[in-house]
Amino acid sequence: MFASVFPQLIGLCTGALLLTSALMVWRHSLLASIRLLSVQGFALAALVAVIGVEEREAEVIIVSVLVVLVKGMALPWVLAHETRATTRTDEAPRLNPTAGLLTVALLTILSYVVASRLLSGDTSISAHAAPIGLAMVLIGFLLLVTRRQAGSQLIGFLVLDNGIATVAFLTSGGVPLFLELGISLDVLLVVVILYVFAGRMRNKFGNTDIDQLRKLHD
Amino acid sequence: MDLALWTPLAVPVVLAVLSLTGGARPLGRLGPVASSAAVLLSGLLLVVAVLDGKVPSLGGGVLRADALSAYMLTVVGAVGLVSTWGGLGHATAAPGRFVGSYDALISVFLAAMSLAVLADNIGLMWAAVEATTITTAFLVGHHRTRSSLEAAWKYVILGSVGVAIALLGIVLIYAASRGTGEPTLSWLVLSHTDLPLDPALIRAGGALAVLGFATKAGLAPMHSWLPDAHSQAPAPVSGLMSGVLLAVALYAILRIQTITDAVIGPDFLRVMLSVGGLLSLFVAAALLIRQRDFKRMLAYSSIEHMGMMAVGAAIGPAALPAVLLYVLGHGLTKATLFVVSGRILEVEGTPRIDDVRALLVRRPGLAVPWLIAMAALVGFPPFSIFFSEVGIIVAGFGTGMGVVVGVALVLLLVIFAALTRLTVAMTIGAPAGVDADPGATPGSVRVAPDRSAHGPRLPLILALGTTAVVAFIAEPVGTLLARAAAVLGGAQ
Repeated sequence: MFASVFPQLIGLCTGALLLTSALMVWRHSLLASIRLLSVQGFALAALVAVIGVEEREAEVIIVSVLVVLVKGMALPWVLAHETRATTRTDEAPRLNPTAGLLTVALLTILSYVVASRLLSGDTSISAHAAPIGLAMVLIGFLLLVTRRQAGSQLIGFLVLDNGIATVAFLTSGGVPLFLELGISLDVLLVVVILYVFAGRMRNKFGNTDIDQLRKLHD
Repeated sequence: MDLALWTPLAVPVVLAVLSLTGGARPLGRLGPVASSAAVLLSGLLLVVAVLDGKVPSLGGGVLRADALSAYMLTVVGAVGLVSTWGGLGHATAAPGRFVGSYDALISVFLAAMSLAVLADNIGLMWAAVEATTITTAFLVGHHRTRSSLEAAWKYVILGSVGVAIALLGIVLIYAASRGTGEPTLSWLVLSHTDLPLDPALIRAGGALAVLGFATKAGLAPMHSWLPDAHSQAPAPVSGLMSGVLLAVALYAILRIQTITDAVIGPDFLRVMLSVGGLLSLFVAAALLIRQRDFKRMLAYSSIEHMGMMAVGAAIGPAALPAVLLYVLGHGLTKATLFVVSGRILEVEGTPRIDDVRALLVRRPGLAVPWLIAMAALVGFPPFSIFFSEVGIIVAGFGTGMGVVVGVALVLLLVIFAALTRLTVAMTIGAPAGVDADPGATPGSVRVAPDRSAHGPRLPLILALGTTAVVAFIAEPVGTLLARAAAVLGGAQ
């Protein structure tokens, strides 16, 4: 019974992941992006749980709980907390929404082309969905380069990280549990550190526009 | 002997907790120094074990010290000792409230680097490298000025994105190992030459992992965080970051290279590393010629030396002993220079080269170590950087990479000239006011030269002394380097 639903569930979860990433490029409000990030965290956790049930591994289910806690709840909470303190929560990105969405489409096609060459020997259902992870990595990069607010850059970094996790789960059922723990902890700490720096930036400059960070150069 | 595998991790962490809680007060500011000493001692113990033909391992092989790991751990400890001990005078300038966390972060930073070189698991090593970014983030932003905040932000964003790319590569390498039945991230297993690893995945994974760690190693074109972070961090932290953190990232590249070479041959990464290395040398040369800030000058020199090491890594097994010796020589020299630069910054109150003149006449206590260390850095014999560079260049001509090495040599000469000019401008000459116009400034009485070293002298003497003699010691240094290089050369 589950075997017949499995491909659809995988498709549903990865579809949600790609959709939330694309919407983040489209939306300019920071708070909306953070809500999308939270949804994305839950979608990733669902994907992990589906893979865990399919492979009948309790360890993977534990990882999915961890993903919900860290990526679905803790990180968006930290970010939302930071954002409410800023006066400006909307973003004036370097790319208008139409150009942004077109770029997302191009990046998705690109990742399908790359992945079809990379995983040519692998015919499993999850490997077919792996390009989505790659596309998320590229969309994360897009957010990192085109956004001006410190908070938006953080979101770009987290989409990038979610993309890597997606690739990991789809290609090899995820890395061992103790590594997953270490990686989650590292990402959480990086976000907390950037959060503290964004706070200091606000104290010193009055806003968190990273375009003003250009005093150091040669 | 297995004890020496966990002391470099546990001792710094315990000392860090003590520094944070105030329990280290009887130690004063010696917490980081004690951490470095523990790492160095463990490294030396492991080196002795390795030279005995043993390979200590712990925790079911999670921690493992072959010749390369033992050597790298020793370098981490030695450079850490020079930076923290030499920086004792300097660090007192830190805001009092943050002294405890400053010391604690340095200790944890040392533990993270030790874990990165001891872990026999790419994933664990990745987590440790990411942990170095986390611990150094606040150290770079320690001065809490506008510039240090800017440097710290760039450092954390670029550092963690770069390392995230490496994680993607590691994930692909893990996926490539599924064909072996038991997917693994162990160096030991992955570098066996007869494993059925998927070549396409190893190629992509290796390229991404090397690209990511190259960001952390400061190789061009991903170097832009490095001059900012290294010039804004407190001097002992700069010494540690420049001296060993870059080398730890290079170590990761070398380990990844072993895996990819076994599966898809050496040509693939050879091109990548040659391009990155030469580009780094070019960037360093271009920006050193017109450099105005002496801490940034040291940072660009780090990019130069990492570029040269990358060229050595591209050449392959023939150049590896020279590259490994380079890691030690550059680490000790750069740590000394950053420590002295911190003292110069403190007494002169300016990082600008133009404002620091005639140091040899005015402050010989600082100018003499600075001059000796700069001579070592630009590659004068008998200092070991000279022998490393010669070794890499000779090996390059021997393996048919004459063009790459030739270009590198030209760029090295440009950098040599630029660094010499800047050093001479800072140290040699008469102090202003004496040579300007003796009649117009009657008040400029010749002041007694300041012979104080403004901090502990011994660590600088030990560091420079070690780099001066280490290249001449065939036993056990030569043997150790050969064995460490053999670890990377696979089953040769």
